Amino acid sequence: MASLDHTPADIAAEKPSRVTAVYVYEAPVRLWHWTNALSITVLAVTGYLIGSPLPTMSGEASTHYVMGTIRFLHFAAGYVFAVGFIFRIYWAFVGNHHARQLFVLPFWRRSFWNGLIDEAKWYLFLKNRPKKYIGHNPLAQFAMFFAIGIGSVFMIVTGFALYSEGAGPGSWQDHLFGWVIPLMGGSMAVHTWHHLGMWAILIFVIIHVYAAIREDIMSRQSMVSTMISGMRTFKDDDPD
Amino acid sequence: MQGLETFYEVMRRQGITRRSFLKYCSLTAAALGLGPEFVPQIAHAMETKPRTPVLWLHGLECTCCSESFIRSAHPLAKDVVLSMISLDYDDTLMASAGHQAEAILHEVMEKYKGNYILAVEGNPPLNEDGMFCIVGGKPFLDQLRMVAKDAKAVISWGSCASHGCVQAARPNPTRATPVHEVITDKPIIKVPGCPPIAEVMTGVITYMLTFDRIPELDRQGRPKMFYSQRIHDKCYRRPHFDAGQFVEAFDDEGARKGYCLYKVGCKGPTTYNACSTVRWNEGTSFPIQAGHGCIGCSEDGFWDKGSWYARLSDLHGVGFGVESNADRVGLAAAGVVGGAVAVHAAVSALKRAQHKGDIGSGGSSHTGDAA
Repeated sequence: MASLDHTPADIAAEKPSRVTAVYVYEAPVRLWHWTNALSITVLAVTGYLIGSPLPTMSGEASTHYVMGTIRFLHFAAGYVFAVGFIFRIYWAFVGNHHARQLFVLPFWRRSFWNGLIDEAKWYLFLKNRPKKYIGHNPLAQFAMFFAIGIGSVFMIVTGFALYSEGAGPGSWQDHLFGWVIPLMGGSMAVHTWHHLGMWAILIFVIIHVYAAIREDIMSRQSMVSTMISGMRTFKDDDPD
Repeated sequence: MQGLETFYEVMRRQGITRRSFLKYCSLTAAALGLGPEFVPQIAHAMETKPRTPVLWLHGLECTCCSESFIRSAHPLAKDVVLSMISLDYDDTLMASAGHQAEAILHEVMEKYKGNYILAVEGNPPLNEDGMFCIVGGKPFLDQLRMVAKDAKAVISWGSCASHGCVQAARPNPTRATPVHEVITDKPIIKVPGCPPIAEVMTGVITYMLTFDRIPELDRQGRPKMFYSQRIHDKCYRRPHFDAGQFVEAFDDEGARKGYCLYKVGCKGPTTYNACSTVRWNEGTSFPIQAGHGCIGCSEDGFWDKGSWYARLSDLHGVGFGVESNADRVGLAAAGVVGGAVAVHAAVSALKRAQHKGDIGSGGSSHTGDAA
């Protein structure tokens, strides 16, 4: 099994330059990213509509299945999200060292915190030129670790706990996740936390999309195209 | 006290015929979700087993559990079950009072040591050494501890005993505390609801008396046979939910047509109880059938979860305003972040334009983004 800890030497060995393109995001990571983006979109929209349903339908109940369909889409997208996330964890072990950044927050490393402060300064307009990064910059890694690394686990656990209420006692969802409901203080409380989790992820998405486009324009490396082709390219040959 | 009398003998003494007795056995089996093969088993147990005394204590409560219990629709339950249990000790139902009543309590405790069932309605307040609830001149807390000591099992009647209910709602000045947090060394069966359904109460008692064991409980200590499904799962208005047909406001067209009460805050989807199957008052109706949403009275802390007419609990308890809920807080936060992003983008564009000018005029290339 590959080491979780990619040493600075690994990174130092790669020399970013305008002519070199570095293969950062392997195909499975990119596939997961876009599948995940799609499932989060479906989950957020259908989830919101489950909490605050559309205006009432008229006519016979037997001719409509609006809530049923919305709930089906939510559950189906939830399964895609959960299975994708499990696959992504697997890929963190077998993929390249960039695939592990989502799950590891190197808080023990001074260089990480220095990089994070440096990147924060760039975002606060206190610095005119950011550093070059092959993988995620420390600020991005920090946000992704909490919003996607931890956030996904939270949403999967609370989501399957709520699903277990319908699946019923004795179902595998109940065996694996049913304990969450009394732990959080009842079904209502789990619903509330699941809603708050959705908003936290949506706020991350706003920042993530903005930062990716901004980085693509203003930083020293490619950003949006990297998540499509997997290749990171650089706009200058200056060191650091 | 006829300690060696069987249930059957008690029933016969009450003037119940053998035929009625067997009907009672089969109805009980059906109510408990047992197959027909259990009917002779129940009959046999009731004919041969000496009856188990039940001591019924009352703490901080409103007696709605007792009121519900004595209205059990089960044709014989109110005669049979009450005669089986209540005459031993139940201070609101028994004929005797004062020292006589307390004497019976002690007599049963001694005679059936380790063999009686303690049923608790209400809960003990712990503040001021329990002085907020006095029974027979002593704090109820002491009585509860004393009686629980030699009990075989404890039944927590209603939301008061199971969860705390209204007297434990914020700020809970008397520190009313559910029974399982005070009595920790006995098996406890929680039968929540405000009040619990009469047939659920008699069903639980009958199960324990006939089979001599406690019913199977879920994670929260409630009998699975009555609390394993949500009101919503068996609601007769569920097809309207699935179709997306909702009551938007009370007394609108949807309300008259009996659409789903989800949007006016029905707590059916988050409440575990048997109301939508067993119903109330001899199976006549239940709140949703009467056109009002479920208020979730059998859920822990239902008084503190916000409006009975809103789908989301309020976040008052975690530092947000009274009117806040997850969606309002989330939308506000997303709005603030969205606004911040827009401002940030504008400043970024200005900065970039400024530095482009620098490069154009032959300024230091080091400060600009090499685009």
